[in-house]
Amino acid sequence: MQTSAANEMGLIARILAGEKELFHELIRPYERMVFLTLFSIVKNETEAEDGAQEAVISAYRHLSSFRGEAKFSTWLTTIAINEGRKRLRKAKGAAEESIDERIEGQEGEYTPAPLTDWREIPLEALERKELREVLRVAVAELPDIYREVFTLRDLEELNVEETAQALGINAGAVKVRLHRARILLQKRLVPLLKTMAPARRSFFGRAR
Amino acid sequence: MKVDCKHVWEHISEYIDNGVDAKLREEIERHLEHCEICSAILDSTRNILVLTADDRTFELPVGYSERMHKRLAKELASPEQDSDDK
Ligand SMILES: [Zn+2]
Repeated sequence: MQTSAANEMGLIARILAGEKELFHELIRPYERMVFLTLFSIVKNETEAEDGAQEAVISAYRHLSSFRGEAKFSTWLTTIAINEGRKRLRKAKGAAEESIDERIEGQEGEYTPAPLTDWREIPLEALERKELREVLRVAVAELPDIYREVFTLRDLEELNVEETAQALGINAGAVKVRLHRARILLQKRLVPLLKTMAPARRSFFGRAR
Repeated sequence: MKVDCKHVWEHISEYIDNGVDAKLREEIERHLEHCEICSAILDSTRNILVLTADDRTFELPVGYSERMHKRLAKELASPEQDSDDK
């Protein structure tokens, strides 16, 4: 889905040389990514959409400062993160931001929910609104620093280095936060997903 | 060294990402062969990651892309302005 890097650099050069309209094309593969990044920070659809537009406009205005040391997607993600944090600060005031950082040091609660048998929930089950909702709520309830990393790594599929670069943290921190995010999700979701599917066959419409 | 359950849990995320070295990978896999708890934890975690990453789980707002490009078109049409929006 993503444009090749060389192709992309070519597009950027042409935009900067005056073919402004090509910016639509440049940005199209990343629309979802920009939204998810904003949403992971501001946790509100309308706010995330407004922020996504701002981030994209900002990327356009600052395109000449993109030098290609990072991938365009990483650069754009950084802009989206900054936009999200700016909005968050405006909404909450700066005081709250530091609370979250303390979570990082804690050990012990990052153990998975034990179980002896997991019956796979197929992708078709996502047709059910309740399931999508349960998943979204679980992600939304992750501590901010874990949700950000989880979003970049597992939803947007940035690699560890790109995630580290975009968030301004080191690769080790990305791995630790991702690990904790995944464990917290497993712990939270396993009991819910189990009770959501008591009679799985009919529930997921396998009889269809 | 024989790995126990806790040891497997500590490396589960890296194991999923193929980030553990060959030796540890082999130890984990040997453990998984006879530990139904760790196997179920691994399966459930993988399953949850696949479900959350599906585009349907986090949907874009209806009309998001259209509005984005409309806004962008307006920006592109406006005369060069070097004033930015810090
Ligand atoms: Zn075990």
